[in-house]
Amino acid sequence: MSERVLMKGNEALAEAALRAGCRFFAGYPITPQTEILEYLSWRMDEVGGSYTQAESELAAVNMVYGASSGGARALTTSSGPGFSLKQEGISYLCGADLPAVIVNVMRIGSGLGNIFQGQGDYWQMTRGGGHGDYRTIVLAPNSAQENADLMVLAFDLAEKYRHPVLIASDAAIGQSIEAVELPEFRDHDLNKYDWPVRGAKADEPIRTVKNVFYSMGDAYEDYLRDKYAQIEAEEQRWESIQVEDAELVLVAFGISSRVCEEAVEGARAKGLKVGLIRPITLWPFPVKAFEKAVNAKAFLTNEMNLLGQTMDDIRLATGCRVPVYHSGSIFAITDTNDLIVRIEEVMEEVKGGGQ
Amino acid sequence: MKLKAPDRITFSHFGFCPGCGHGVAGRLIAEVAEEMGVADKLLTAVDVACGSMHMNDWHFDTVMAAHGRTLVTAIGLKKTRRDNPVLAYYGDGAAYAIGMAETMHAGLRNENVIAIVVNNAIFGMTGGQMAPTSLPGQKTTSSPLGKDAVRFGQPFKVEEAFSGFDIPYLARGALVGAANVNRAKKMIKKAFEKHLDNQGLCYVELLSPCPTNWNLEPLDSKRFLLEEMTKHFPLGEFKGGDAK
Repeated sequence: MSERVLMKGNEALAEAALRAGCRFFAGYPITPQTEILEYLSWRMDEVGGSYTQAESELAAVNMVYGASSGGARALTTSSGPGFSLKQEGISYLCGADLPAVIVNVMRIGSGLGNIFQGQGDYWQMTRGGGHGDYRTIVLAPNSAQENADLMVLAFDLAEKYRHPVLIASDAAIGQSIEAVELPEFRDHDLNKYDWPVRGAKADEPIRTVKNVFYSMGDAYEDYLRDKYAQIEAEEQRWESIQVEDAELVLVAFGISSRVCEEAVEGARAKGLKVGLIRPITLWPFPVKAFEKAVNAKAFLTNEMNLLGQTMDDIRLATGCRVPVYHSGSIFAITDTNDLIVRIEEVMEEVKGGGQ
Repeated sequence: MKLKAPDRITFSHFGFCPGCGHGVAGRLIAEVAEEMGVADKLLTAVDVACGSMHMNDWHFDTVMAAHGRTLVTAIGLKKTRRDNPVLAYYGDGAAYAIGMAETMHAGLRNENVIAIVVNNAIFGMTGGQMAPTSLPGQKTTSSPLGKDAVRFGQPFKVEEAFSGFDIPYLARGALVGAANVNRAKKMIKKAFEKHLDNQGLCYVELLSPCPTNWNLEPLDSKRFLLEEMTKHFPLGEFKGGDAK
């Protein structure tokens, strides 16, 4: 039977990782992620796993690379500046076809920014933030519950595709205490697949974890194209709320989507035909969700960044047929009433001829 | 005199330059693993630089790590595969330039892996640039007039940096001359013994010639190593000694 408990989002994520079979964690303190590290510093021992507070995010992600090479369900977590340091490792994980889960509990700003909740790492996370020709699946929880649920899914998808999976959480989700139904404990067998290193007898073929390009040669291009195409075709996830008749469709992920849910209710109460598409996978972007938005005269994003980072993906998903507007601030989660005012403005503008 | 390569050296590919020490180091590791009966279980992590070519001649399960992250990759692997001996194999650029933080903290935490660092006082794979181990006055492609030790520092000595760390084994050998090679093998063996006893970080630095990038003939390289390098990098055991 599942347990229902009151937990901080960060701790729910950490506990869910263990229940998904994760027995390796390495990390470095950074606000607002630190509770994950603190929680696992004592809890990992209880389940017989390995916990390391590393000298840097670089070291931590490369420890994850090593643990994953041995078949572990391995996790590292960080935020903003620290997440940037993970990029080397994420690129190498992709280059070597290794599964792993890397969490970014987002905060605001480039550079140091600040420790408040933010959604400014959308581009970095969805475009492949390191060097080379890669992307990763990005899951965006909007509650402590989803911090737990998507952690389990992240490990499953990482293994399915032998590819790192990122989780785009944020300070608000990580720091809020909410009721969470924790997943059941699952065992993970290091030898579940044949590829992890484990030692080879003299008469057995050896296993090497390395640049897949080295071992695959010319076949590598087709292999990679197929892998990414399959992910785009099969792994789009989203939630739609009253989209089909909506004249204005809000688009928001993470904590912003919860403001948008309220705003849809409030706008509908005023007779405005408003809906919401909430991407759960940021990559692959849920293009399929937009096929249902047949009556949309415009899209309005709400995200905690200034540059409207999801706008390009919405334009691509909709073939630029209707205008895309942005709302949101880096200083606060948008107030529902303010968002409804913005919705009214945008609907008025669209009626008057649009952008 | 027995002149047989260890079973775990395959000869399918061999990419090292003539006179390089990597081939000798790879052989010694394979010999020790076989003699100690752990060849079936040994896991190795190699750097992206010259040493990674052992992936092709060692018959061991091997992980190729990012440059300078070999040691932490091995640490992650060891903490996952706790019943396997795990050996990290990399060069002085990885250990003392880009991976200095990883080197120091592995020592500080006394991480339970074998580290074999091949020190040739130069960046080999990229074509012979100055390293933190390059000798004062050493000509490299990025110090064509000779290394200015005032600007770039004296050669990095791991035994001094690690002096306060509580690790079970720290030694430096050399990969030239039969006596040195035999001594280096004993050091590697000692590192394996203590590692199999889960004592912590067992660290062996091996001085290697790099004739190609030193721009010297193999015999002159040997001379340079023994006469010049050892002035800065003394051979011997610094912690957990008495290798027999």
